[in-house]
Amino acid sequence: MNIMPYVIRGLATGGQFALVAIGYTMVYGILKLINFAHGDMFMVSGIMLIYMAGSTGAMPIFASIIIMVILTVILGYLIEKCAYAPLRTAPRMSSMISAIGVSYLLQNLVSYITGGLSKQYPEIPGLSTSVRFLGVKDKLSVFVSPVVAIVLMVVLVLVINHTKFGMSMRAVSKDFETSQLMGIKINRVISITFAIGAFLAAVGSLLYFSKNTGINHLAGSTPGIKAFIAAVVGGIGSIPGAVVGALIIGLVESLAKAFGLADFSDVISFALLIIILVFKPTGIFGEKVIDKV
Amino acid sequence: MSDIKNYEIKDFQHDSEHTQKEKLLEIKNLKVQFGGIKAVDGISIDMRPGRIVTLIGANGAGKSTTLRSIAGIIKPQEGEIIFQGENITGWSPDKIVSAGISMCPEGRKVFPNLTVLENLKIGAYLRKDKLDDDIEYVYSLFPRLKERHWQFAGTLSGGEQQMLAVGRALMSRPKLLMMDEPSLGLAPLVVKDIFEIIKTINQNGVSVLLVEQNANMALKVARWAYVLETGHITMEGRGEELLADESIKEAYLGKQKTK
Ligand SMILES: Nc1ncnc2c1ncn2[C@@H]1O[C@H](COP(=O)(O)OP(=O)(O)O)[C@@H](O)[C@H]1O
Ligand SMILES: [Mg+2]
Repeated sequence: MNIMPYVIRGLATGGQFALVAIGYTMVYGILKLINFAHGDMFMVSGIMLIYMAGSTGAMPIFASIIIMVILTVILGYLIEKCAYAPLRTAPRMSSMISAIGVSYLLQNLVSYITGGLSKQYPEIPGLSTSVRFLGVKDKLSVFVSPVVAIVLMVVLVLVINHTKFGMSMRAVSKDFETSQLMGIKINRVISITFAIGAFLAAVGSLLYFSKNTGINHLAGSTPGIKAFIAAVVGGIGSIPGAVVGALIIGLVESLAKAFGLADFSDVISFALLIIILVFKPTGIFGEKVIDKV
Repeated sequence: MSDIKNYEIKDFQHDSEHTQKEKLLEIKNLKVQFGGIKAVDGISIDMRPGRIVTLIGANGAGKSTTLRSIAGIIKPQEGEIIFQGENITGWSPDKIVSAGISMCPEGRKVFPNLTVLENLKIGAYLRKDKLDDDIEYVYSLFPRLKERHWQFAGTLSGGEQQMLAVGRALMSRPKLLMMDEPSLGLAPLVVKDIFEIIKTINQNGVSVLLVEQNANMALKVARWAYVLETGHITMEGRGEELLADESIKEAYLGKQKTK
């Protein structure tokens, strides 16, 4: 059996999950909140493209993609402003419940619009072209996914570690009040964090759905959960961790298929989560918990 | 208690040449409540430029709440905060930093995940100009920070973290530096150093509003002092006079009385 196609496809799915996982991990890093709506926002960005350029839309594909990315970023920003910002000083559990609420809201809204039916995702010229690489013949999107994820991760890490804005993000993630004393507008930093997460999810949705036949209002659940597991496995709060976690999960699930265990791929992901957390409770790249006095 | 009036008169005589305009900071009838608790209940403070003024009081008296209100972290229910003739009550923290007030918070609160140098830079977050001279100035006050500029702030000792917190607060080039219990949890020798630095900073032209439980040290460096008890100012006067006051000795200087 030739394992290579499975490896490539696993890394592709992993790269797509990674783009979603970064959103979970960044929001967690700054607000200590699991943004349960993130997977649904990913689905909404897919639906938006369908309505603009898919079976029900008539707009040119490239313009639609750009508008879809912008609208997803605005959606991410609005979710934070409406559902999380008002609860900034409330107990964290309130924000979590708000997040679950937004998740259902997005699902139901889309279900209302689509009538609960699956919609055909448009062909993305270029991404759907067949290419041959490393002896594997597949769509271009499969080969570019892990590359896109890793490149965006590197850019993001450089921005966070080497720019003034990145410094303010690191500060806000540790201490809101002291950041404010420095003159940092914490709401602005948080908004930008959500916007970045949404942008990456939009790119991820483009790569992920372009291989799919159709999507409905629940299409965000599975990638959402997988990306969340990836973020936890990698060490939630760590951006490289999210990417590594996602690549591992994508790879493991794809190899499971190679060995005829496709039906067990979810079980395998969760088992992996449990095993890693047993040995390293903070995840692969997880921060040591330093008690600061 | 009749002493309060005496002290007040003396200081105003001394400063009779000053006019209303020359007040740096004026707090009028400040009230802050948390739920039902009145943390600060109608306090008034006057501060002239160039001074070290201290606010002493026991744990829970409302000292931090007062400073956090001035910094714009907490919105007071009542009262006015006037800085250089401008009413800054209710301003956002970033506007207050730009106006020239900076704060060195209780418990130091350096960013442990930022390096020493980054902590200094983030203190100048709102500034757009070059920081080299200011960083050199902070290093000249605290040479240890220069040696450790690449280290994560979380790995510094308590005293070094306090130095960094003070340096960080200076990076915005404040006119008024507020310090919340800088001596908290530090060894006596380190406390002495910190107070020396406070004097130096003040001599270099920065006014200091110093909150302390360590009344002995604070009253020695402060020109004017306020005593805060459960949200009220119960006494005010010159530092050295309060230091000699019997009731202050008893309540706040217990250990030092025998010296
Ligand atoms: N965020 C808060 N929520 C509720 N109560 C608070 C809060 N901050 C301070 N307090 C209360 O206000 C009072 C004054 O606190 P604080 O200003 O921190 O005192 P100090 O700095 O003098 O020790 C205390 O009774 C404290 O419990
Ligand atoms: Mg305090």
